[in-house]
Amino acid sequence: MTQDSTRLSDPLKEANEPSSQLERFGPEAPLIMDCGVVLEHWQIGYQSYGTLNPEKSNAVLVCHALTGDQHVASRNPITGKGGWWTAMIGPGKPIDTDRFFVICANVLGGCSGTTGPASTNPATGKPWGLDFPVVTIRDMVRAQAALIDRLGIATLFCVAGGSMGGMQVLQWAASYPERVFSALPLATGAKHSAQNIAFHEVGRQAVMADPDWRRGRYLEEGTRPAKGLSVARMGAHITYLSEPALHRKFGRKLQDREAPTFSFDADFQVESYLRHQGISFVERFDANSYLYVTRAMDYFDLAADHGGVLAKAFSGTRTRFCVASFTSDWLFPTADSRAIVHALNAAGASVSFVELESDKGHDAFLLEEPNLFATTRGFLGAAARARGI
Amino acid sequence: MTLPELSTNRIDLQLVAEMVTPGSRVLDVGCGDGSLLALLSETRGVDARGIELSREGVAGCVARGLSVIQGDADTDLSEYPDDSFDYVILSQTIQATRNPRLVLEQMLRIGRRAIVSFPNFGHWRMRSQVFFLGRMPVTDSLPYAWWDTPNIHFCTIRDFVALCDQIGAEKERAVALDAAGGRVGVSAPWWFWNLFGAQAVFLLKRG
Repeated sequence: MTQDSTRLSDPLKEANEPSSQLERFGPEAPLIMDCGVVLEHWQIGYQSYGTLNPEKSNAVLVCHALTGDQHVASRNPITGKGGWWTAMIGPGKPIDTDRFFVICANVLGGCSGTTGPASTNPATGKPWGLDFPVVTIRDMVRAQAALIDRLGIATLFCVAGGSMGGMQVLQWAASYPERVFSALPLATGAKHSAQNIAFHEVGRQAVMADPDWRRGRYLEEGTRPAKGLSVARMGAHITYLSEPALHRKFGRKLQDREAPTFSFDADFQVESYLRHQGISFVERFDANSYLYVTRAMDYFDLAADHGGVLAKAFSGTRTRFCVASFTSDWLFPTADSRAIVHALNAAGASVSFVELESDKGHDAFLLEEPNLFATTRGFLGAAARARGI
Repeated sequence: MTLPELSTNRIDLQLVAEMVTPGSRVLDVGCGDGSLLALLSETRGVDARGIELSREGVAGCVARGLSVIQGDADTDLSEYPDDSFDYVILSQTIQATRNPRLVLEQMLRIGRRAIVSFPNFGHWRMRSQVFFLGRMPVTDSLPYAWWDTPNIHFCTIRDFVALCDQIGAEKERAVALDAAGGRVGVSAPWWFWNLFGAQAVFLLKRG
């Protein structure tokens, strides 16, 4: 850890005592998980922006992606950087906090305040580690629904998110159709593809191959599998970009040198960039959380939960959907979004779908994309008119 | 949302809108910039959905709050269940589909009624260009040269009527508009429509 402790928070502290709002649940509100485990003591860290109207009809739940957190539109307490979706969320932004009450919660299995493998297991007083039950996307959504209950919100105006966040959006629409007025799943799929599971497995094996992982007990033993997690992140990061984006940004340019060094130093800028991505990720993310959350994505298959027919997940739905994909996204390609749209059409749902032109790959949904903003604004504006807000 | 100016440049849209029962469920196939959808939801209170091939068209529609998906009339209609809509509309698009017959059959499967408007290739101006100039017709409303036109399946009103008969579609209403947008005599015979109708609008149902 290199950060200034007077200003920046420690990741281990954030796992249990987040610098955000927090709701704790006890045996009166156990979390019944897909794997069969019943969590009797759990908590959920979340942030909110804007004001909930008296009718409680203007709440937008934003679901974060694999390595995101609840600090969607405000300073991250660990990195000190701005929120991960400030381009999209804020006063006057497409998800307008002058108009909507925006909630973002850390996912179950995460490491920034919601119960996960880095949290303290109340039974042992030690970090859960691999004793933590395996989490699914539906478990994450169950935890969020418990939070929404506690906030006294019957129906969410919108559930929005990209990538794994989009999976949660779809799961919300399937699990609680009457509680979701509109849904905005971006750059996502109704299932994780074999290729995506394969990439995740490489990442997990990198973590577990690090001797400092200590079979998942590194927090107790005072080590961190920094190298393994860093390699996992480097590999994953490539999948979030596109070849044209990498070429434009780096090409074959060398890093602070005139000629190759005939060594295995980071000669190329792209190598240096990836190493930096890996190292900075390790400082803010728990390695076991990475295993759990990637696993949750792998297990996601909404059609399989409904007899193999995706349309059945949405039958009778009255939710308004807007699905968007990006031309250069090869991790969740447009075909994945089309499968969702076809199922929604078959279910007679109200759905908009647009494939947006971008060469920035999967990460485009997080970036400055005017077409995405215009789409979001138009969709939410029309939904707000229909909702009377 | 501002009402699109339709009465001036797209009289056929006005005609189509008049054929739609208020409050019904409508799918506009090839909805372009969403003008008809906006008109239908503003003036007829319908649950209006659209399909559009062009990315720009879809993005514009969604940005103005319309429920539109990016898709292809030739391939994506099969995804909808039977009787999904009260009306399925194909406005000035049938001539650009790869398989007009299949599209029409799909429309009558997923919609209780279909509304089709199309330019009439049997109009006297078209005929005279072929006849006197010996060239493929190019007009103000169909300004493309033969080698760059998206319109690959032109038909005349008589051709369309024949296709309707062939697939067993029942013609509930048919209107032909002359080049100035006026209605061609209602009691006029088909050959007259086919010669003086610049475009036609048909309301069809399953026979």
